[in-house]
Amino acid sequence: MNPRRSYFLLTALVLGFAFLYIPILSMMLFSFNESRLVTVWGGFSTKWYGELLRDRQLLSGLWLSLRIAFVTACGAVVVGTLAGLALARFGRFRGRTLLSGMVAAPLVMPEVITGLSLLLLFVAFAPLPFVPDQRGFSTIAIAHITLTLSYVTVVVQSRLATMDESLEEAAMDLGARPTKVFFVITLPIIAPALASGWLLAFTLSLDDLVIATFTAGPSTNTLPMMIFSKVRLGVTPEINALATVMVCVVTLFVIAAGVMTSRQQRARQRDAQAAAAGR
Amino acid sequence: MTSPHRRPSGLLRRAGFTGRTAVVGVPWLWLLLFFLVPFLIVLKISFAETQLAVPPYTPMFEWVEGQYLQLRLHASNYAYLFQDSLYFQAFLSSLKVAAVSTVLCLLIGYPMAYGIARSSPSGRNILLLLVILPFWTSFLLRVYAWIGLLRNNGVINNALMALGIIDEPIVMLQTDFAMYVGIVYSYLPFMILPLYANLEKHDHTLLEAAADLGCRPFRAFLRITLPLSKPGIIAGSMLVFIPAIGEFVIPRLLGGSDSLMIGRVLWDEFFSNRDWPVASAVAIALLLLLVIPIMVFQRYQAQEMSGGARR
Repeated sequence: MNPRRSYFLLTALVLGFAFLYIPILSMMLFSFNESRLVTVWGGFSTKWYGELLRDRQLLSGLWLSLRIAFVTACGAVVVGTLAGLALARFGRFRGRTLLSGMVAAPLVMPEVITGLSLLLLFVAFAPLPFVPDQRGFSTIAIAHITLTLSYVTVVVQSRLATMDESLEEAAMDLGARPTKVFFVITLPIIAPALASGWLLAFTLSLDDLVIATFTAGPSTNTLPMMIFSKVRLGVTPEINALATVMVCVVTLFVIAAGVMTSRQQRARQRDAQAAAAGR
Repeated sequence: MTSPHRRPSGLLRRAGFTGRTAVVGVPWLWLLLFFLVPFLIVLKISFAETQLAVPPYTPMFEWVEGQYLQLRLHASNYAYLFQDSLYFQAFLSSLKVAAVSTVLCLLIGYPMAYGIARSSPSGRNILLLLVILPFWTSFLLRVYAWIGLLRNNGVINNALMALGIIDEPIVMLQTDFAMYVGIVYSYLPFMILPLYANLEKHDHTLLEAAADLGCRPFRAFLRITLPLSKPGIIAGSMLVFIPAIGEFVIPRLLGGSDSLMIGRVLWDEFFSNRDWPVASAVAIALLLLLVIPIMVFQRYQAQEMSGGARR
């Protein structure tokens, strides 16, 4: 590679990553600030973490958001995997175009439109007997499943597309029925894709402000809604502490997932080499 | 001999109901009910009028004198959108903000994606992880982080004043500048990832051949790499442009109170003015604006997917 050009690319990388990480790092640094003035350094302190633990309102919002995210992730994985399976394996079927359109559209739909339309749906259907009469947990979870199942579908569909279909065919030839093939062969192979889809749905749900605000009832307050109203009133060091905790947890998860994937890849390569040597 | 595995539901199967139908049917019905039907309701309400009631809009069908059903469609909300210049300007400025942000993301993201694609395989994985990591952390908190940096007594102003470069703080928060910074910052990973996915597949020997034939690196980049990376550029740009148009949180937290973004107008129309029909009309207009870019994106996505299946 031309050294001059690689210097250019190196500079671009360094500046780009500085742009991506300086805000996060500065927020983490100031979460340990003694002073209430968020941006003037007043000595090291962990008192904002103590405040955070004593803030019952914020913690109850976190608990609610975590529960919604859990239900959302499980629901989105079930529905999203079915959609991914249908799109990747069933070839042409009636309603395929509509299904793939409806799967792709939420990925790029502005949140305000999704939120507004789902709220209007819940309001319009409110008189019907099986609809929850209070908007809150269930309506937010339904909205979040609708939003996130597309992400699961995309992940599962692309995993199925790169998967070796001959394994499934071999199992079918040996007389296994489609359901059995799916649970014994396909599911274990695509399990990592399901796990990353689940985590993606969980994170997106935990993070969502706009759709939750539209679909929540007046007494429901998720964590992002609380953060948003606090931030609008001004910056509070407590939020810095909360952000630091969340960033650290997510980083640990992502690093663990990354290590696991690369280990799996290496094991697969080793197996392939061993197989080649054995032959 | 009947095998014990034989499905007992012969009746259901004869009615055309198989396991396949269930696999397709569940996501199909879910999306129909919670994605498509809601849009039809938005469309319906956009033709209604506001009224002081629960729900706060007039019904579309009404029994007149108990005898015949009257269909009432009010185009007044759409007329209102055209008459009040606020909406038109909001649409225009949303388009402008989204377009400028997309170009900025491309200018920052392309060299980064190219740099990642050309680094060693082990370095590549770490750099990719670093691009994806912010995407996994809370969007709201990352936008919030910029408030601490950009405030009048924020980190940047304090640093510049301590260095003696400026005497009084530069007003950055609640300006268009802050809004652009926030949007570019939030959507940069969406630009880098599709670009990287494309650039990583490029055949390096093409550039070597060009160099052997005496082509200068920059010219080779313009004539080989750039045209080949067009699908990545389109995908990344659409992933930034489309959601940026309807963005609400960033203009609200970082932009000025006069920043006109259509997402914000829709939000205020709904939550502050409680005018559901006009909010619905704004949503429909925004959707019409997005139809072309969304279709471009979908076509690209379908090509990528079928390309992946063929391999």
